[in-house]
Amino acid sequence: MTDSLIGRNLLAGAEPDPARDAGHTDAPPRVGFFTDTSVCIGCKACEVACKEWNAIPEDGLEFTGMSFDNSQGLGASTWRHVAFIEQGKPLGMTHADVDHSGLDVLALAAQGSATPVDRAAITPTTPGPPTADGRTELRWLMSSDVCKHCTHAACLDVCPTGALFRTEFGTVVVQQDVCNGCGYCVPACPYGVIEQRPGDGRAFKCTMCYDRLGAGQEPACAKACPTDSIQFGPLDELRERAAARVEQLHDLGVADARLYGEDPGDGVGGDGAFFLLLDEPEVYGLPPDPVVTTRDLPAMWRQAGIAAAGLLGGLAAVFAAHGRPGPSGLAALLGRTRRR
Amino acid sequence: MGVRTWIQDWPVYRQLSGGDPLGRGAAAESRQTRALTARTETADRVVKSVCPYCAVGCAQNVYVKDGEVVQIEGDPDSPVSRGRLCPKGSASLQLTTGEARRHEVLYRRPYGTDWESLDLDTAMDMVVDRILRTRWETWQSELDGKQVNRTMGIAHLGGATLDNEENYLIKKLWTALGIVQVENQARVCHSSTVAGLGTSFGRGGATTFLQDLQNSDCIVIEGSNFAEAHPVGFQWVMEAKARGAKVIHVDPRFSRTSALADLYVPIRAGTDIAFLGGIINHVLSTGSDFREYVLHYTNAATLVSEDFRDTEDLDGVFSGLDEETGHYDVSSWQYEGADVQAAAEDRDSLYDERNAGNHGVAESGRSESHGSGGAPASSRAQRDETLQHPRCVYQVLKRHYARYTPEMVEETCGIPRETFLEVCRALVENSGPDRTSEFVYAVGWTQHTVGAQYIRTACILQLLLGNIGRPGGGIQALRGHASIQGSSDIPTLFNLLPGYIPMPHAHQHEDLDAFVEAVKAEKGFWANMRAYVVSLLKAYWGDAATAENDYCFDHLPRLTGSHSTYETVLAQLDGTCKGYFLMGENPAVGSANTKMQRLGMAELDWLVVRDFSLIESATWWKDGPEIETGEMRTEDIGTEVFFFPAAAHTEKDGSFTNTNRMLQWHHAAKEPDGEARSDLWFMYHLGRRIKERLRESTDPMDRPVLDLVWDYPTEGPLEEPSAEAVLAEINGRGPDGAPLGAYTELRDDGSTSCGCWIYCGVYADGVNQAARRKPHTEQDWVAAEWAWAWPANRRILYNRASADPDGNPWSERKAYVWWDAEQGRWTGHDVPDFIPDRAPGYRPPEDAAGTDALAGDDPFIMQADGKAWLYAPAGLVDGPLPTHYEPQDSPVRNPVYGKQQRSPVRQLLAHHHNPMHPGPGDPGSEVFPYVVTTYRLTEHFTAGGMTRWSPYLAELQPAFFCEVSPELAAERGLEHAGWATVVTARGAVEARVLVTERMTPLRAGGRTIHQIGMPFHWGPNGHTTGDAVNELTAMALDPNVHIQEDKALTADIRPGRRPRGPRLLDLVRDYRERAGITASTGTETKG
Repeated sequence: MTDSLIGRNLLAGAEPDPARDAGHTDAPPRVGFFTDTSVCIGCKACEVACKEWNAIPEDGLEFTGMSFDNSQGLGASTWRHVAFIEQGKPLGMTHADVDHSGLDVLALAAQGSATPVDRAAITPTTPGPPTADGRTELRWLMSSDVCKHCTHAACLDVCPTGALFRTEFGTVVVQQDVCNGCGYCVPACPYGVIEQRPGDGRAFKCTMCYDRLGAGQEPACAKACPTDSIQFGPLDELRERAAARVEQLHDLGVADARLYGEDPGDGVGGDGAFFLLLDEPEVYGLPPDPVVTTRDLPAMWRQAGIAAAGLLGGLAAVFAAHGRPGPSGLAALLGRTRRR
Repeated sequence: MGVRTWIQDWPVYRQLSGGDPLGRGAAAESRQTRALTARTETADRVVKSVCPYCAVGCAQNVYVKDGEVVQIEGDPDSPVSRGRLCPKGSASLQLTTGEARRHEVLYRRPYGTDWESLDLDTAMDMVVDRILRTRWETWQSELDGKQVNRTMGIAHLGGATLDNEENYLIKKLWTALGIVQVENQARVCHSSTVAGLGTSFGRGGATTFLQDLQNSDCIVIEGSNFAEAHPVGFQWVMEAKARGAKVIHVDPRFSRTSALADLYVPIRAGTDIAFLGGIINHVLSTGSDFREYVLHYTNAATLVSEDFRDTEDLDGVFSGLDEETGHYDVSSWQYEGADVQAAAEDRDSLYDERNAGNHGVAESGRSESHGSGGAPASSRAQRDETLQHPRCVYQVLKRHYARYTPEMVEETCGIPRETFLEVCRALVENSGPDRTSEFVYAVGWTQHTVGAQYIRTACILQLLLGNIGRPGGGIQALRGHASIQGSSDIPTLFNLLPGYIPMPHAHQHEDLDAFVEAVKAEKGFWANMRAYVVSLLKAYWGDAATAENDYCFDHLPRLTGSHSTYETVLAQLDGTCKGYFLMGENPAVGSANTKMQRLGMAELDWLVVRDFSLIESATWWKDGPEIETGEMRTEDIGTEVFFFPAAAHTEKDGSFTNTNRMLQWHHAAKEPDGEARSDLWFMYHLGRRIKERLRESTDPMDRPVLDLVWDYPTEGPLEEPSAEAVLAEINGRGPDGAPLGAYTELRDDGSTSCGCWIYCGVYADGVNQAARRKPHTEQDWVAAEWAWAWPANRRILYNRASADPDGNPWSERKAYVWWDAEQGRWTGHDVPDFIPDRAPGYRPPEDAAGTDALAGDDPFIMQADGKAWLYAPAGLVDGPLPTHYEPQDSPVRNPVYGKQQRSPVRQLLAHHHNPMHPGPGDPGSEVFPYVVTTYRLTEHFTAGGMTRWSPYLAELQPAFFCEVSPELAAERGLEHAGWATVVTARGAVEARVLVTERMTPLRAGGRTIHQIGMPFHWGPNGHTTGDAVNELTAMALDPNVHIQEDKALTADIRPGRRPRGPRLLDLVRDYRERAGITASTGTETKG
């Protein structure tokens, strides 16, 4: 087992079984979320069920004006977030060929997923042509976002305390008794999911209800979801189901339907929580091509190692010249410190 | 811990020795992580319950640990919800265990400036004192020479959020005390549903059940924000959609429901009768009706009286209109040859009951008494099976709707012709022997001055298309409280007794027989009404009710007109009504014209509020809007206020009746904390104390109380009465005291008792059938063994109509109930809604009566003629056929009948705080140029009492807002996310502005119509606060059932926040003056 890991880059590239590679020898099949936004009714049951189960505090009563989105985005106290996007596009028969080249993706990302206040009623995508009576048709996209539980999770890779860890289910969880609030994970996440809770300092995010999984129960959000927009199950099964659903929607003329985050070949090795979207990811406030921010870490470490070796060699030479013992405790560099 | 274990527990050791070299998995697990256990796993008990919010009736599992509720989530076994919950249901742990709940009794003494504490026992005694004193002071034995035996000094409001058993005790005790002003949310939400469905089909409940939506080929959602207000029920729309059904949403606003529809049709608020009338015209003029169904199962062939004159003949009004009084004499609307007077033994009561010659009866909400029994009409009227006779219903209908052309629909509703015809085509293509379409509606249809007629229009259309009583068909009335169907069935309503038996009206010398004779039908199961009434009286008064004393029929107080919640407000204002109970209802926010609600309460001697938190109806004397404006000063208000904390659904046993007439039992998970108590406890112990206090009384007015059966067993340290014992009384007992199995066992000789005849069978064999929870995975899709539905556990009503006249399924695809000739019985997937062994070919002899008179092809067994009514010859006071009238306040002249703007018989409550707007084109009408419609959001519930205090829900929708189109925003300079003030002649409110293309300006009546959407959940108290939209609405009512029109009104909108203090009054006064509003504005009968 250990042998097979030697020489592999565990931080990027093909990774069919992240749980086993994280030392869970008898790991059950990897589980995940498939969020089919085409049937989301924007009820936010997922947000509430999540908060109830995980006892997450209410985090602010702010009327944003961003459609019906008042929780604004994922954060330390919002582990499920429903985005609302009002678009001048026809219902049902969505266009596959809508041009997004004029979009300012960074601006969209900065505003979160919904229409910004000063651009309300001006849709972020190109409206369809007006109908005979002069109206443009409208559609209202809703999508429940969540931590992606990446195959290659940068938050976990950078965590210096071991608070973030890969569970036997292949999910990524913050251990609150370990987290020291250093916040390294926050910029590491390519999706902007994980966050430190103000007043507490520790980092919080979706655990995929790790405690419920251990009891053989599905996560609270998936259980509550009235239309099964949020589906939970073994990832392989979900990927099959999702592929079939996309095909079905294409057959129905919804050419816009596409999967997001299901591809094990993408920059994060595929998401444990992936989505069926009806438009470009940017429209939902999702990065179009996320890459695990620690992808190049092994190469960087190699370079650092060479540099360090050179340095050590130099030092040793210097010390040798002075007849003093070499530095000890090198092993500590390999291990990790823990918060006490 | 040994050293070895200690070392092995060190993550670095694990990292180096195990399969996790990077220390990102197994090696990094902390001790706490390894010890993690779901609290659902460690719970001591899982208690079966039902969600307390809307009427979908989602099943809940309540997890209890150490006597406390630790988690509430969906029960996957439920066939309705399949384990899912909406955000409100998901927040029910916070609702029941959160900090917002009060657990102590509070008392505000007259003219007091703050709450004081009071112990529960003293408070109960004080309430008893006040009831008895007020009752004594205001007792009426007679009124105008007629016996009434009642008090108008006490009123009650609330019941739709309570259990059936609680509603039963409320109605029982109040009735015995002579309190007639008993009302609940059903009045303001769905009373018009009961009148509309009841007069059309014979029963006032939704004709089908939620899961059956999946069998539909086309679903039209209109007057309902289904996905938002009933999210978990909406899963069945999604199921249908997945199976290829077409989903159409017709609504003034593009809501979350529209977002999931295949076709969204924007409509001008208040014009649905024109739209549906247009479809009726399309169906009739293209011959697209399901002719065999229509001919056999409806009254299409029946001839209408020669005296009848249609709106076509009289410029928009029907024959019989008395312009002076604003009432119809309905006698000319009868069937040909039907002479109701001929059967009269007691001319006074019978004639008045049936012809509304006595306006008191007409006003007393009698239309709502067809909740489980149709209106009286001749069962032997002439028919023309060729449908050619000019006076047959079919031809009358055709003429009546001929002017509802696509052009008229466009002009009236603002719906382009092509879109309208697309809806027509979808419905016609998806109806017939092989296909079915379903209509879904909610309060978008009911809350109008012509609310009952809205429902009637849908009934007519669905009958013409042959969609009633069939799988995937029907009319789904979505009701909005956990047991609002139950609080109609076991009514806390002034005009009804349990099972839709009308409350008796005051007449000269009316005895039980005369009462029954006047109300019952000649044919069908409503002909057995005497058995239902006598059994109810036996349940109320037990051994005291004997044949000799007419089974205590005179113990029932009598009505003299309408005593609805809105009339009660007037009675409070004029000092007649002095005491008021509010149990789980918040009229200071939720009822129309909230200012009058509060001013009325300020005139009371005493007020009792039972709720979870300090809702606006409990605190208006301290911090209400009138205190802010200076209209009232706390120290001048003499109302004594009692606040009793209520128990939650998790703290009591009882049943809720969901939107599809299904009773589901919820079990107590724990006892309520502090002084919180169930309403069952409150009513039982109140009644017990009152009976104790009156024990020595010989006063005749106390006889009904002393005779009252009030002997429920109690259990536990709190002495909680047994809800199951109450359910058993509701179910009824036979001569041997054993539980009855069906209402067909009820007798009119006093040998049976039954608290609500339509619920008879819910405790069959002594088993609580409502508590049945066989998982849906272990039964067929109808899931008949999950809980129990009235009547007789039928899930689709009128299902005899799912078979053709010969008893065969109309098609294999739509087979549901059919005749098994070999067995000589009806059989199928559901309990047949028919006499089980009555052959399809059976024709009753001439002289047959009652159920014997039902022919084998009379599927509507509660109707007087066994047929569904396209044309309603009786039962409604505002017309036998639905006609488009404009809302009370409308910016458009009625395009359909230019000479009749509004319903001539709409009910307006005259009061200087209830002014109406000028009609379109009249001077001043331009002051209120925009249309306002109100609605629900997913994240909140009704008047907010159960959601605004919940942090998890409040943060999702944290502010009262209004939705406007970009065009209206530009026209009025409204800033997105800024503030706007919306003004009517009744009041002004401020709201945040949401500018959205989901609001579409429409072209109608020759002009551009801007509509403003406003959710009605907010009020000044709670975690999220805001103005209440009902400050704007008027008491303009449907005359059948007294429901208010708050789904379509006019208003002005201006940028910025509203003025504070007295300047708010100045603003509204200024608007009234500019519009030239007087007491007579908008009140004309004709024109």
